[in-house]
Amino acid sequence: MTDGDAEGRSAPAAPTDQSAVEGLVEGVLAGEHRALARTITKIENRAPGYRDLVAALHPHTGDADVLGVTGSPGAGKSTLVDKLAKAYRDQGLTIGIIAIDPASPYTGGAVLGDRIRMASNVGDMDVFFRSMSARGTLGGLSTATTDAVTALDAFGKDKVIVETVGAGQNEIDIVRTADTVAVLVPPGSGDDVQMLKAGILEIADLFVVNKADLEGSDRTVQELREMIHMGSGTSTRRGAQSGHHGAGHHGTGAAGGESNGMGTETDAAADDPEWEPRIVETVANTGEGVDDLLAALDAHREYLVASGELDQQVRDRYAAEVRTLLREDVHALLAEEIENRGGIDAAVDRIVARETDPYTVADELIAPVADCVRERREEE
Amino acid sequence: MSTEQEQDPQDRQIRCLVAKVGLDGHDRGAHVIARAFRDAGFEVIYSGLHRSPDEVVQAAVQEDVDVLGISILSGAHNTLVPKIMDGLREYGALEDTLVLVGGIVPDDDKATLRDEGVAEIFGPGASMSEMIEYVRANAPER
Repeated sequence: MTDGDAEGRSAPAAPTDQSAVEGLVEGVLAGEHRALARTITKIENRAPGYRDLVAALHPHTGDADVLGVTGSPGAGKSTLVDKLAKAYRDQGLTIGIIAIDPASPYTGGAVLGDRIRMASNVGDMDVFFRSMSARGTLGGLSTATTDAVTALDAFGKDKVIVETVGAGQNEIDIVRTADTVAVLVPPGSGDDVQMLKAGILEIADLFVVNKADLEGSDRTVQELREMIHMGSGTSTRRGAQSGHHGAGHHGTGAAGGESNGMGTETDAAADDPEWEPRIVETVANTGEGVDDLLAALDAHREYLVASGELDQQVRDRYAAEVRTLLREDVHALLAEEIENRGGIDAAVDRIVARETDPYTVADELIAPVADCVRERREEE
Repeated sequence: MSTEQEQDPQDRQIRCLVAKVGLDGHDRGAHVIARAFRDAGFEVIYSGLHRSPDEVVQAAVQEDVDVLGISILSGAHNTLVPKIMDGLREYGALEDTLVLVGGIVPDDDKATLRDEGVAEIFGPGASMSEMIEYVRANAPER
């Protein structure tokens, strides 16, 4: 039922039938790099059969820890991710990395340069590094990222790192696919931190002041601390606005706070010990501070598990995923219907001529879908 | 679920790896190509300088590129290129990767490289549009 139209379009291309999908799934589960790489390509291209592919991989997922790393361009994300991957490798863990770079909105082309920084893990196939471009598909990028994480998870990677420039809603959506989000802040003017308030604060579980050897890093740490303590109380990104007490009663306690609220005796939702974003200072270049970062990441992991937030996150994520897919599907279905009725331009012509209006056009298009759904529901 | 939102194979995104392999540090050409490919709408992964053949293979396999452009200006192509080709073969990536070599390659060596599986060799003076057209026309169907 799903492949009907897809097959027709891609007759000369590689076989898109069930057996190809099965072959890829088998390959991924058997640990073949080529199959994993090809799977991610299919996901990125939304190639025929990619849905069946992701669906078939889903039962094999759920074991990877997913870390999102974001921050402004030049903050040192790739270098830090490289060092982090190295540290995990030294622990005997396997890593998958997805690095997302912007694409040109005009040509769709992109130069994906994050790989250059992966100097510590060259030739190590157990670090699977994949560059992805933020192609212009509306909302599609976060879907593709989620699916690529699924592939890496099913492949058996212990840690999956998603790295992206933190420059907008798209990126925020992407890092939401992660269990833990680290936001990199380069030392510098207070303005940067000011800017971070808009959106980034809420998504960060950890702040990493990278390039901590540079002048101004102390100040940046200080400013982050103040921001965290005086912030509006939304210190976790799932950010229930639960009254965050104790604003600013301890001025500088954040960086060390190893054992704050880790001892969750009660998981009564009312009085959950909230996670307070930690601040870690690193020099990614030399690897300084990477151990601290690892410790902070582990601590957050423990918190997620102990507080039950991890389970909640997973549920929220799947719910969001289903909604996104539905939105895309309905969108595609309606786009088809618009085409069928002479295209959007024809409709716009009528709107411009004041013969109709946008609401009526939308109603006309959605009506058959609504009717059909309701009819079916009544039949049941 | 009858609306598979899938892309037409016609406007499939072409992915390229532009790789500098070996010891030569002349990357201007690779940069220029990377930019031109980007402007042509390709996704370009640039390897950075001084990559070993293994690294290039790792990158080509993991990134699942359609096109691998190897830039060599050191004259070591007869040593380095076969190593890359062997690596691609090992991972089953040789057949559907279009391998191009750019740089200074004497005519005598061109035949050898072609035998190794290199699709085309672009020397000094090759035009950008010619290369882009070549890639568009020859990027492997997958």
